Amino acid sequence: MANKTINIKLRVWRQNGPSDKGHFETYELNDVPTAASFLEMMDLLNEKLINEGKDPVAFDHDCREGICGACSMYINGRAHGPDTGITTCQLHMRLFKDGETITVEPWRAKAFPVIKDLMVDRSALDEIIKAGGYISVNTGGAPDANTIPIPKDVAERAFDAANCIGCGACVATCKNHSAMLFVAAKVSHLALLPQGQVEAERRAKAMIAKMDELGFGTCSNTGACEVECPKGISISFIAKLNREYLKANLIP
Amino acid sequence: MAGFLSSSIGKKFLMSLSGLFLILFLAVHATLNSLLLVGPEAYNEAANFMATNPFIKVMEPILALGFIIHIVYALILEVSNMGKVGPVGYKMAKRSHQSTWSSRNMIYLGLIILTFLVIHLANFFWKVKFGGAPEIEGTNMHDTYKLVTDLFKSSLIIDIIYLIGAIALGLHLHHALWSAFQTLGWSNDRWRKIWSVIGDIYAIVIAMIFGLIPLYFYFIN
Repeated sequence: MANKTINIKLRVWRQNGPSDKGHFETYELNDVPTAASFLEMMDLLNEKLINEGKDPVAFDHDCREGICGACSMYINGRAHGPDTGITTCQLHMRLFKDGETITVEPWRAKAFPVIKDLMVDRSALDEIIKAGGYISVNTGGAPDANTIPIPKDVAERAFDAANCIGCGACVATCKNHSAMLFVAAKVSHLALLPQGQVEAERRAKAMIAKMDELGFGTCSNTGACEVECPKGISISFIAKLNREYLKANLIP
Repeated sequence: MAGFLSSSIGKKFLMSLSGLFLILFLAVHATLNSLLLVGPEAYNEAANFMATNPFIKVMEPILALGFIIHIVYALILEVSNMGKVGPVGYKMAKRSHQSTWSSRNMIYLGLIILTFLVIHLANFFWKVKFGGAPEIEGTNMHDTYKLVTDLFKSSLIIDIIYLIGAIALGLHLHHALWSAFQTLGWSNDRWRKIWSVIGDIYAIVIAMIFGLIPLYFYFIN
C-alpha cells in the first residue's frame, strides 16, 4: 500500500507575470507515491524541473495542514481538486489514476489577478475585511471565561461561520466570481455574537460596498460555492447576510 | 435608498420581488387556462371577467412593470457579471458537479421565455386589444375560447412553440422560488429544502398546464 506509485501527466498553467498572456505546459511525472499530497507531488515536479535547469512552477502554500487557505489551485475543473471539504495540501494522489492527465489552473477571477503560474493575488479579500470585518467597540480587559452567556447553538453557528479560512475557493468556483459566501461567513460569525452585534448593520453595509467595488460579481444562488468550500460553510449564511443587509438598509 | 438599489444585493432584491410577483401571476394565468378544458362558456365568462374587472385593469400596468423590472435587472446583472471573469476562463470546469443546470442558465431560459412572450402576446393579447379577435354573436364579448382553440388546432408548430415556452418556464421556475426567498433572507438549512420542494411542484404543475393544453386541442379535442 504505502509504496504504490503512479505515473501521471500534468497540464499546468504557466504565466510569467500579471501581464503575461500565459499558456498550458505539459509535464510527465513518473513514480509518484499515492500517499503523497498534491503539493508534495508539485514539489516532486519542481525538483525535476530544477534538475533539468527549468523554471519551477510557482504555487502558494504555507501551513500544509488545511487551514491557511493559500493553495489556490483549480484541479481537474474543481477548486482544490476532486475531493470535498479539503484544501489542496489535503488532497492525495491516491484519488488519481495511473496514466491520468491532470489539469492544474490558478483561481480565475477578475478580482484575483495571477501573480505567477498558479499563484494569485487574493488581497481583495483582505480589503473586504479591512472595510468592516472586525469589532471596533471597546470590549474592556480580558473577562473571565463565559461571563457573557451565549446559547450553545448560537456559539456553534458562529463557529461554523468562523471556520472560513479566506482561501477564495468560493470566488474561484462561482460562475459570477462573487465573494458572497466569504462575506456571509465573516458578517455572520460576528453578527451572531454579542460583541459583534453592536456594529452588525454598519459592517454588512461596508463589506458589501467594498465587495461590489473590488470587481466581484453578484450572487445567482447557484450554490456552487458551498460545494467547493473546504470548510463546509453553508449558503444559509448568505441568506443571513442578505437579511442583515436588508435590515441595515430598509428598516429605519 | 438610491445607494441600496445600486448595490449588488439591492438589484437582487428587485429581481426577487418582481420574480415572486410574476410567480403569483402565473398561478392566476394557469387557473384561467385550465378552464379551457371545462368548456367555451366557462372560459369566455372568466376571460370576460378578467377583461372588465377594475382590479385587473389596475393590475395590468403593474404586471407589465413587474416584467420590465425583472427583465431589465436580469440583463444589468448578467452584463456586469460577465465582466468579472478576468482575462482567461477555466480550461476545465466541472460545473455540473457544483450546481444545477437551471441555476447557471437562468438568463438563457429567461430569454427563451421573453421570445415566447412576444409571440404569445401577438397571438392573443394584441388581437383582443386591437382587433382581430372573434366576437360572440349578439354580444360585444370576445369569443376568446374560439380565438385560443382555433390557433391551437390550426398548427402543430405553434403548439410545439408553446410546449418549448412551457418547458423553459418550468426549468426557470426550478431555480426561482427558493432563490427569491434566499435573496430576501427568508431561508436557512431547513427552509431552503421547503422552498425547493414547493417550487419544484409548482414548476411542474405550471409547465404541464401551459405545455399540454395546446397539444390537447391539436390531438384530442
